[in-house]
Amino acid sequence: MSSTDISVPAALPATPEPRSEAAARRAPRARPRRRTGVIALRVAIFVVLVGGWELCARTGVVDPFFFGEPSRIVSQLSNWVQHGTQAGSLWEQVFVTLEEAVLGFVIGVVLGVVCGIALGRIQLLADVFAPYIKVMNSIPRIVLGSIFILWLGLGVSSKVALAVVLVFFAVFFNAFQGAREVDRNLVSAARILGASRRQVTRHVVLPSAMTWIIASMHVSFGFALIGAIVGEFLGAQRGLGLLISQSQGTFNADGVFAAMVIIAIVALAAEGLIAVFERRLLAWRPPALSAQDAL
Amino acid sequence: MHSGGETRSGREPAIELRGVSKRFRTPAGSIFTALADVDLTVEPGQFCAVVGPSGCGKSTTLTLVSGLEAASDGDVLVHGKPVTGIGDDVGFVFQSDALLPWKTVLENVAIGPRFRGVARDKAHDRARDWLRRVGLSQFEDRHPHQLSGGMRKRVALAQSLINEPAILLMDEPFSALDVQTRSIMSNELLGLWEQSRPSVIFVTHDLEEAIALSDRVVVMTAGPGTVKEVYDIDLPRPRQVPEIRFDPRFVELYEEIWDTLRDEVQRAYARTAAGAAA
Repeated sequence: MSSTDISVPAALPATPEPRSEAAARRAPRARPRRRTGVIALRVAIFVVLVGGWELCARTGVVDPFFFGEPSRIVSQLSNWVQHGTQAGSLWEQVFVTLEEAVLGFVIGVVLGVVCGIALGRIQLLADVFAPYIKVMNSIPRIVLGSIFILWLGLGVSSKVALAVVLVFFAVFFNAFQGAREVDRNLVSAARILGASRRQVTRHVVLPSAMTWIIASMHVSFGFALIGAIVGEFLGAQRGLGLLISQSQGTFNADGVFAAMVIIAIVALAAEGLIAVFERRLLAWRPPALSAQDAL
Repeated sequence: MHSGGETRSGREPAIELRGVSKRFRTPAGSIFTALADVDLTVEPGQFCAVVGPSGCGKSTTLTLVSGLEAASDGDVLVHGKPVTGIGDDVGFVFQSDALLPWKTVLENVAIGPRFRGVARDKAHDRARDWLRRVGLSQFEDRHPHQLSGGMRKRVALAQSLINEPAILLMDEPFSALDVQTRSIMSNELLGLWEQSRPSVIFVTHDLEEAIALSDRVVVMTAGPGTVKEVYDIDLPRPRQVPEIRFDPRFVELYEEIWDTLRDEVQRAYARTAAGAAA
């Protein structure tokens, strides 16, 4: 048993919240007023933080040379939009980073799911590969970025490779765990109804592990972006990571922050897409279990 | 396929256990004997109930007949042939829900034929027919979590019976239902069973349910489980489960079997009580 215990899931599936209290608070009548209150508070926090930052920078409480200044971040962004960056148009940089992250994400998820389910279903594979996976998982994977640049050069592929490695382990452990946690009863029932091993995997194990896999996907798109950007940091000709390292090289704090804003927008958009995907794929779950109310 | 056990080869029993034992290795490394030297025969088309205290290996008997597990000793025969794996004509209704929560009611019922290579449309047509028989036609697009416990049991029954099993194994299928739903479900089960007459082993700890449903009641001893006594139930069919317990013959049988069962229940209880005190 212990030899196959390679389970450190990166993310847990959203567990159902005890309904009573949460449901009571979300009583339909109280809802609209509470909602506007929440939005107002959110806006207020944004205004205070950004306004305070701007104020401190202008009055010299903090040095805008190091800490940037919101108005100058905005003008840096509009400058990039209008005149392009040192490496070419801004859209090209965004597109390149996005391409690397999405490719790395898709390849990493597919590999992670396939390997996780295979090892979760086939005891021999799990027994054989457990130590290797433990060792590989213990290596700080950012270090691999340097190797990938040596192997694959400064282009897109080295960043994709780094993103794949980062995504793979997050997804793998969750898929593996998900395949292991399948209700034995469901498997027995399917077998008696006539399912082959393959049909059990396809109709019972995979859907049941999907909750775990999707939980890991939320985390791992972030990993894919990290992989792409760190890869660009280490050596690239285009991309948002390059933009950051160039800004850093010219002591342009506003440039670093502006790139951060773009990355945040990209990450949030991707997160939204994954949430839509999740809702469609896990539509069968009882309402308390779906992620509508998740953060 | 249910082509009638009789035609297979004379009158050989549908299910036969001869000197069957089952031992498990516990996580601590010791050996746990669940079944010891069990002899049990179920004739074709017979409804056989197995009663006994909790933990006496009733469910283990079913896993052996279904082929989910292999016996440690002895012979397990289905239609005269030793069980070597999961049989084609066996159905199993589990105690807990074994419906796939991500499939609709219709897909859940159709999945047996789908697994066995029937085309989608045809499987769905057959599934609709079965949903009609269990009175759930309007619910085919729901997911299991949207149904009540009783409705889920009906889906589970349809899911098993659509494969037309010659052997139907049921492991305390109605134990999670409330008393009223339970007697209604028992009645419906008998109605469905009369239509195709599979041979049934019905495991329960409820003696009333066992007598009301079956042709034969097997009483098992507190673990390690073995057959203590077998009673033939000569109540006429078709039966009405909710009313049959007022029948004088039912009461007679109940008293007779309870006399045997009581000792085992007490023994099992004493053991758990001692275990709790220790």
